[in-house]
Amino acid sequence: MDTPATDPMCPCVVRVRRRRRDGPGVWTLELEAHPDAPNGFEAGQFNMVTAFGVGEVPISFSGDPAHPERIVHTIRAVGPVSSALTRLGPGASLAIRGPLGTGWPMGEAPGRDVVLVAGGLGLAPLRPAIYRLLAERARYGHITLLYGTRSPKDILFRRELYAWRKRGDIAVEVTVDHAVEPWHGHVGVVTGLIGPARFDPRRTLALVCGPEIMMRFAAEALAAAGLAHEAIYLSLERNMKCGNGLCGHCQLGGHLICRDGPVLRYDGLREALRVREL
Amino acid sequence: MQGIEQIITEHSFFAGIDPAYTHLISSCAKNTRFDPGQYLLQQGARAEQFYLLRHGRVVLELSGPGRGTVTFQTLGPGELVGVSWLIPPYRWTYDAKALELVRAIAVDALCLRTKSEADHDLGYELMKRFMPVLVQRLHGARLQLLDVYGAHG
Repeated sequence: MDTPATDPMCPCVVRVRRRRRDGPGVWTLELEAHPDAPNGFEAGQFNMVTAFGVGEVPISFSGDPAHPERIVHTIRAVGPVSSALTRLGPGASLAIRGPLGTGWPMGEAPGRDVVLVAGGLGLAPLRPAIYRLLAERARYGHITLLYGTRSPKDILFRRELYAWRKRGDIAVEVTVDHAVEPWHGHVGVVTGLIGPARFDPRRTLALVCGPEIMMRFAAEALAAAGLAHEAIYLSLERNMKCGNGLCGHCQLGGHLICRDGPVLRYDGLREALRVREL
Repeated sequence: MQGIEQIITEHSFFAGIDPAYTHLISSCAKNTRFDPGQYLLQQGARAEQFYLLRHGRVVLELSGPGRGTVTFQTLGPGELVGVSWLIPPYRWTYDAKALELVRAIAVDALCLRTKSEADHDLGYELMKRFMPVLVQRLHGARLQLLDVYGAHG
């Protein structure tokens, strides 16, 4: 008989262990591990998550890959499914299929500087990569997190950002699109943080996640700073349904984002991202 | 203590500029400082100078009835404050306020415009340096206007 571990189309029912508000309309759900579910995930991968009676959506893992027993998803209430998921409290049931898709290229990071550029909720899929980098901090050069969001009240994982900055071995810069007093941090677009950031473009790996328009500008700004297109990875979002490259809903050029992505290298994406409505 | 000409030469905005132009620009420039909360420029006032930031951060902001004061950009060392001196009617369109102690080079706008009229090569050199800043800020403003991090982002 197929189980969630052998058949990626087979969901397993899990319960919410904890629920925490991480911003306006943004909730982080920690789920109880299921004995039949695949064990472990790679930073950057996602689950298809079902709200019963409403639907299924792809949600990236936002927890620590070193603790696969804690399945963590950070969700913003946007549509009917994500809104239903964010309303689930401790003990409530939902279903997951996964882990699915490609992860961040963590194997390419040792010995290099790493720049993570996050926009809005895009910080959530990057958080597992940050956990991994910090867990093996000595293996990497400079690590820089550049995070842009809408306004100070929209800052995600605020306490963690503060804690990371306090460590001193990762540069954390946060900018907002607009602010009212008493915000004393950066104001402006996240691409404006790339120029002043400290990294050697010849040996830097860049991981970018956020709204697609922001990622296009960020990738171009990274390239302008001297990074090769091959050193820039983006996490894309499309209309995913099956999660296994079967249905074709998430096609982008020659890629099926659910199977070949969501993490893809910029040199293979650049042209497709310029095509309208693709 | 560094002379004005040396400071301008080393400022990233004028990186690699011909020393002859540095000499011309520095004859219009002076050192200045602002305490936290002090305004470098205010909306509606005459745009009589621009600033090359050396130390400290500056916020650009706009105030409106019912909306209070909204900050739309912060600038720091190596960046410049003030572009409205380039085009008539030479009036500031926003406020710029020191967020912390700011040290800057203030460049007299009328002095530099006059020198640029007399020496179009200088004017062209300045245009080549101001245009990328303007285009970069325009791109940034468009992204902010698109509200890409909103619910539809």
